[in-house]
Order: sequence, then structure tokens, then C-alpha cells
Amino acid sequence: MEFLFNLISGISLGSIYAIIALGYTMVYGIAKMLNFAHGDVIMVGAYICFFATARYGLNPLLGVLLSMVVCTVLGIVIERLAYKPLRQAPALAVLITAIGMSYFLQNAAQLLWTSSPKVFPSVVKGSVKLFDGALSVSFVTIVTILVCVIIMVALVLFVNKTRIGKSMRAVSEDKGAAQLMGINVNSTISLTFAIGSALAAIAGVLLCSAYPTLVPTTGAMPGIKAFTAAVFGGIGSIPGALIGGILLGIIEIFAKAYISTQLSDAIVFAVLIVVLLVKPTGLLGKKVSEKV
Amino acid sequence: MAMLEVNDINVYYGSIHAIKGVSFEVNEGEIISLIGANGAGKTTILQTVSNLLHSKTGNIKFLDEEIHHLPAHKLVPMGLAQVPEGRRVFSQMSVEENLELGAFTRPKANIKEDMEEIFERFPRLKERRRQLAGTLSGGEQQMLAMGRAMMSKPKLLMLDEPSMGLAPLLVEEIFDIIKSLNERGTTILLVEQNAQMALSIADRGYVLETGKIITSADAKTLLNDDVVRKAYLGG
Repeated sequence: MEFLFNLISGISLGSIYAIIALGYTMVYGIAKMLNFAHGDVIMVGAYICFFATARYGLNPLLGVLLSMVVCTVLGIVIERLAYKPLRQAPALAVLITAIGMSYFLQNAAQLLWTSSPKVFPSVVKGSVKLFDGALSVSFVTIVTILVCVIIMVALVLFVNKTRIGKSMRAVSEDKGAAQLMGINVNSTISLTFAIGSALAAIAGVLLCSAYPTLVPTTGAMPGIKAFTAAVFGGIGSIPGALIGGILLGIIEIFAKAYISTQLSDAIVFAVLIVVLLVKPTGLLGKKVSEKV
Repeated sequence: MAMLEVNDINVYYGSIHAIKGVSFEVNEGEIISLIGANGAGKTTILQTVSNLLHSKTGNIKFLDEEIHHLPAHKLVPMGLAQVPEGRRVFSQMSVEENLELGAFTRPKANIKEDMEEIFERFPRLKERRRQLAGTLSGGEQQMLAMGRAMMSKPKLLMLDEPSMGLAPLLVEEIFDIIKSLNERGTTILLVEQNAQMALSIADRGYVLETGKIITSADAKTLLNDDVVRKAYLGG
């Protein structure tokens, strides 16, 4: 029973990583950059939802929607102001800018909302008892997994079936050729940031519903882990983000439960190193070979 | 009337002066060939017309409208399409999806019919409509790249080295298709290393050497020109 409980917790935590990893992987796929400020957008999303619901008594669902809107705008603004001017710059310059943006968001949050921890009120309360009460699973856990599944299905359908989704895949493969089709590359990149950031808001709310302490650095570690999950699954791949995220969550929870709480992060990253040694493109990563 | 007017463009790659004061024009209904050796600047010129690269001077007019300051993606709905060098099909997407993307700027209504028209012209693409473009042969990819460009219903179609890397028989097939596209009303700007082939279907030609146009004339005249014969037609 304990094993089952850990497995469910692992999948739930992994679902959060997967939702965050989607933001990393989509932005990487389209803009070919690692947006290290992505983790901090999660934190902003969580704060917005916290103030909306705990301070102003908004309905939790409206709180989530509000925080999605704010994060979407934030994501687009970050891309326009910080990354777009560097479109032609070396990758290193963009990477450093992204790290700078991450610190900027953390410090801005500290200035605005102070560094004292806020206790995040879970947006979903209660729990369900299974097997005559031997197993108690909170609704947050279940909702998290469900939300993750819904997002994945919706995103895969969007990218594969819609006209805009197809144009995103075209931009991700060849920006020049995409422009020759009449696709606006700049607005496609903006849209990618918008989607990634909206998902970050959802991830932030779910994360803080499960782990209710909210501080300006709340997004940093989950951000790094979700990035790891994206690499683990194969960066650029949407199903890869799901698999990478869930595996990472399970490994982390199992390591905590059966090996050592302190060492759990080290174990997670050790597994990543092993996977990358064996399969450098990640689990579902494609090695694109060009035909000439 | 000139459909495309290129006036005195100068293009640089960093400090390298790649295109030096090039001017030319394409009239409605023509096939124009731009020939020259590897590195002469043919691709650079097409990329500049498509606004993927930018000229420091001069201007480019398409249907009497200045286009060189427009973003590249705005040119397609105006009727300017390019089949880029190396085909650049979207290899991770199916043949059908590639064609759909060709019609990205057009209303969705007629896309199915147009696609059938492309399939009639290129039956081999129809057989492989659900296959990923990356799994096609070089010739099939060239056909797909051309079909994809045709899906935007261009007034002017620019083709960059459509013969590159293809077997002679296929090259002939591709050139036949170009000719029939032209007969059905599409103006063609063709960039080629295969000067013989390119001039044989063209109305007029321009010869490019290290970023400059060194001569231009009727295609027939160029085919018989001594300098051109020596340099590009193997004597």
C-alpha cells in the first residue's frame, strides 16, 4: 500500500514537472533557446493565484484563470523585451540573458511581495480513501494528474491537427522555409511563449497546492528539475516532456521514500547523467539527419 | 510591364560584399534564368528578393509596389513564392502537411481541390501523401517543394537550383514541369548552375559572376555566346 501511495505521489509530482517541462521543450523547439526564467514564471503564477484567492476571496477557478492571463502576458513581454532583440546573437548571450531574467523575476517578487513565506491555500481540498481507508489520496494529487493528461492530449492535438500548430512545427524545423510559406515567425515564437507561460501558471498553482509554502524562489528548483525532465525525455519533444517529467517525479519520490531524503535530488540528477550517457538525445529525442 | 524590378542591390555577409550593384527585371509571363557558377551570388539574390536577406542600397519592386522593407512572410500573399535551394521541405511532416503549409496564407476553402491538382501533376506525391517528407527521394522532395510553392498560387515563382543533385532524366522532368507551369500563366525566375538546361527553356537570361551581372540577353543569344559557352556550357 505504501508502494502504491508513493507511486501515485510520484506520478502527481511528475505531472507538475511535465507541465513545466512542456514550456521548456516547446520554447526550445521553436526558438532554439533555453528559457531559464520559465521556472520563475511559475512562481509569479502562484503569487497571482494566492493574492486573488486568499487576499481578495476570488473563486479558486477564477484565480487560476487570472494567473494564466497574467503569466501569458508576462511570457510575451519577457520574450519581446529580453529575447527578441537577441534573435541573431550567439546562443550564449541568450542563455545569460535568460538567467538574468530569472534573477530579475525573483528579486522583483521579493521587492513586491517580500521574502516571508506565504501559506498557499490549496485550490482543491479534501481527499479520498481507498481500500477501506488503507490508502488516502488527496484530491490535489488526482486533479494534478488529470490536468496533466488533459493538457497533453490538448497540446498534441493542437500541434498535429490545427493550422497554427502545423505552422509551429514548420518554424521549429526551418525558420527560413517557414517564412517562405508566409508564416510570421515572430508571432509564432510569441505564441509559443504565451502557451508555455499559461501552462507555467497552472503548474505554479498545482505545485503550491501540493507544497503550500510560497516564496520568491519557489519556482527555481522545480524549474531546474523540469528542465532536467525535458532533457531526460528528449528536449523538443512533447511526449518526451510527459515521460521525462513523470519518470523524474517517480524517481524523486521513490528515492525519498526508500533511499534518502537528502540524497533524492542527487539521485535524480545521477539518473539523468546515466540516461544522457547512454542516449545523448534523451529518451524520445530524435537525431535529425539531413538529406542533401 | 515589369513584374519584378530589382534595382542596384548590394548585399553583404559581414564585411564580404556578396552582391555588387545588381539590377534586373522579370516581365509578366516570362521565364528568366539567372545563371552563374557556384558562389556567384545566385542564391543570395533570391534570398534578398524574398527578404530573408537585406540589401544596403537600391530597391525591389513587385507589381509596382516596393517590397524590400516588408517582412518576408508578407510577400507570399502578394503572389511571390520561392522554391529554396536544397528544397527545404519540412522533413518531419507528411507530404500533405507540407502542401497545406504551402497554402498557409490562403483561405482554407479551396485547399483540398488545389492539393488534388498538385497530385495530378505529381502522381508520385499522391502515392506518398501520408509519408514523412524526409523519407522521400531527392527528386520527390524537389517535386514536393515545387508543389508546396504552387499551393500559394503565386504570380511569380522563383526556383533556386531545382536540378541540384538529380539524375538527368529527372532534371528533364522537372524542367518540363517548369515550362508547363509557365504556359499556364506563372511567371518564372529560375536560378541555375545547369546553364544549358536553364537557358533552353528561358526567354531571357542574366549571367552572374562574383556578385555582378556580366551580361544579359535573349536566351538563344546567350546559348550561342562564345564567352558564355566557354564559361558555362562546356565550350
